[in-house]
Amino acid sequence: MELFTNQVLAGIATGAIYACMALAVVMIYQAIDHLNFAQGEMAMFSTFISWQLMQWGVPYWAAFVITLAFSFVGGIAIERILFKPLAKAPVLTNVAGFIALFAIINSSAGLIWDFTIKQYPTPFGSAPFLGSQLISTHQAGMIGVTVLLLLGLYFFFQYTRIGLAMRAAASVPESARLVGINTSWMIALGWGMASAIGSIAGMLIAPVVFLEPNMMGGVLIYGFAAAVLGGLTSPFGAVVGGFLVGIFENLAGTYIPGVGNELKLPIALALIISVLVVKPAGLFGRHIVKRV
Amino acid sequence: MSAAEEVVAEGHQAVEAVPKRAMTLGTGTSLVVLAALVIAPVFVKNFIIFQMTMLLIYGLAVLALNILTGGSGQFSLGQSAFYAVGAYTTAVLMEHFNVNYALTLPIAGVVCFGFGFLFGQPALRLSGVYLALATFALATAMPQLLKLNFLEHWTGGVQGLVVTKPDAPFGLPMSQDMWLYYFTLAVTIAIYIFAVNLLRSRSGRAFMAIRDNEIAASAMGVDVALYKTLAFGVSAAITGIAGSLGAIAVQFVAPDSYTITLAISLFLGMVVGGVGWLPGSIVGAAFIIFVPNIAEGISKGLSGAVFGVLLFLVIYLVPHGARQVAILGQQLAGKLRKS
Repeated sequence: MELFTNQVLAGIATGAIYACMALAVVMIYQAIDHLNFAQGEMAMFSTFISWQLMQWGVPYWAAFVITLAFSFVGGIAIERILFKPLAKAPVLTNVAGFIALFAIINSSAGLIWDFTIKQYPTPFGSAPFLGSQLISTHQAGMIGVTVLLLLGLYFFFQYTRIGLAMRAAASVPESARLVGINTSWMIALGWGMASAIGSIAGMLIAPVVFLEPNMMGGVLIYGFAAAVLGGLTSPFGAVVGGFLVGIFENLAGTYIPGVGNELKLPIALALIISVLVVKPAGLFGRHIVKRV
Repeated sequence: MSAAEEVVAEGHQAVEAVPKRAMTLGTGTSLVVLAALVIAPVFVKNFIIFQMTMLLIYGLAVLALNILTGGSGQFSLGQSAFYAVGAYTTAVLMEHFNVNYALTLPIAGVVCFGFGFLFGQPALRLSGVYLALATFALATAMPQLLKLNFLEHWTGGVQGLVVTKPDAPFGLPMSQDMWLYYFTLAVTIAIYIFAVNLLRSRSGRAFMAIRDNEIAASAMGVDVALYKTLAFGVSAAITGIAGSLGAIAVQFVAPDSYTITLAISLFLGMVVGGVGWLPGSIVGAAFIIFVPNIAEGISKGLSGAVFGVLLFLVIYLVPHGARQVAILGQQLAGKLRKS
């Protein structure tokens, strides 16, 4: 039983990261109807920035905040410069754009910081949390930061004017434009926030998976799985999906013989495909009807 | 937001429509290209022959993706998985069962056709980004699947398998590399002719009808489900054959040769060559083979960045890739002739 509780808690901790990635993916999907294949690489790059800052002697939390700001501005810049001109292009062109971004970021991180694996510090320490053997303080910290982030986002979207404007721009762009919302900038803002959320996920998972240019590959696939499970049209669903996928991953790794670490990605693949086949809209998503 | 609430979305077009006639080259140009491909190896060193072989092999793989995307309008970021299955089929057959290398190609083709057809079943219900996502996940998961413990006896696990390079038959006086080049060239020509005819046939028209408007196609009596999976199957089969040839040419298969990077390269090759323009496949293949070589020569790890930047340039400046450049060239030549 203790093993079970242990695995569920560990699953919630990694699930928090998947939830962040899924949320970032969904935010961009809501804004422009495309999946950002470069989301993981953007997060990885941000994490490297924070690492570099710490190498220069900046304390952890200061580096954390600076990285957030950098990611936010970076996300907006990427949207303005690279993806705004593609808004009306066919899906294929957009997919190509994301793939190109993926390649550029991955390769330039390798060029700047090379491909060796680096240790990344945790501000929470790795002692057992509150003296219990079930969960480490870093895992508890991961969950704590994510919950704070989610609450913050909830209040932002529910109770601020700009949050409301972003929701309006995402769900009915034409009407939003008519009531004077600058939908184009709302999309850019969505990119900035998605990028910042991704960077939080990157900085929290880096002590676990270690820092290197390919560190987010698996995390992104699980983020996609979480977003698909929860429904690509539902931010709430993405978060729930993230935690579910995290728990599922840990339990499958523990109890299904032969799965372990080496089958983690195939499991995510199976999960994505089965959700898409059985319930394409996901658990909380809306059904999309195409106009002929 | 209830689950029952329905949103009506304006359909983004997946791929820009390419007219059927614009998909191939004229007879004269084709013959010139063919002659160049046949004569070239006589004059160059073995290493360059090897690179030309790889060019044809990647050309085939890009062609396969072109049939899928340019023809039927479906995406795949998972071509590396089919390529890997083809390569492993050949390697396992040759090394464990001593099957002749030439015979392994059709077998790899059939195996990959089956794999692609089956993968096409769930993919049927997906379109656009969802399909890109599912195939992306497939490509990411493939190396781990190939490393599986219970397959290790056959696949050699992480270490992979070494493949013996075939000698020229009938005592022909040519090096292994040169024989392999002509062998690959013959296979490539056969598949190219098959692809051109396929797209001109009834099935090809069905693919294009689905690409341009799925609902209209089904209203006209096209069996959408069948043709979509068929396109996946055919594409996978050709990619698989390319994979087999690749395994023989490189003489080695290992899980980490078939990562998402390969799938991205092939996708990039298609975009650079021009989506839906079959001869562009070879241009795209040349791009994905030679650009990284040059970039890695300058600095390690640079190739990804160069790829990405060039891809953006292509998207912005020549969205139809090499086809657009070819058309521009033709027009320019026409103008020069007049003046």
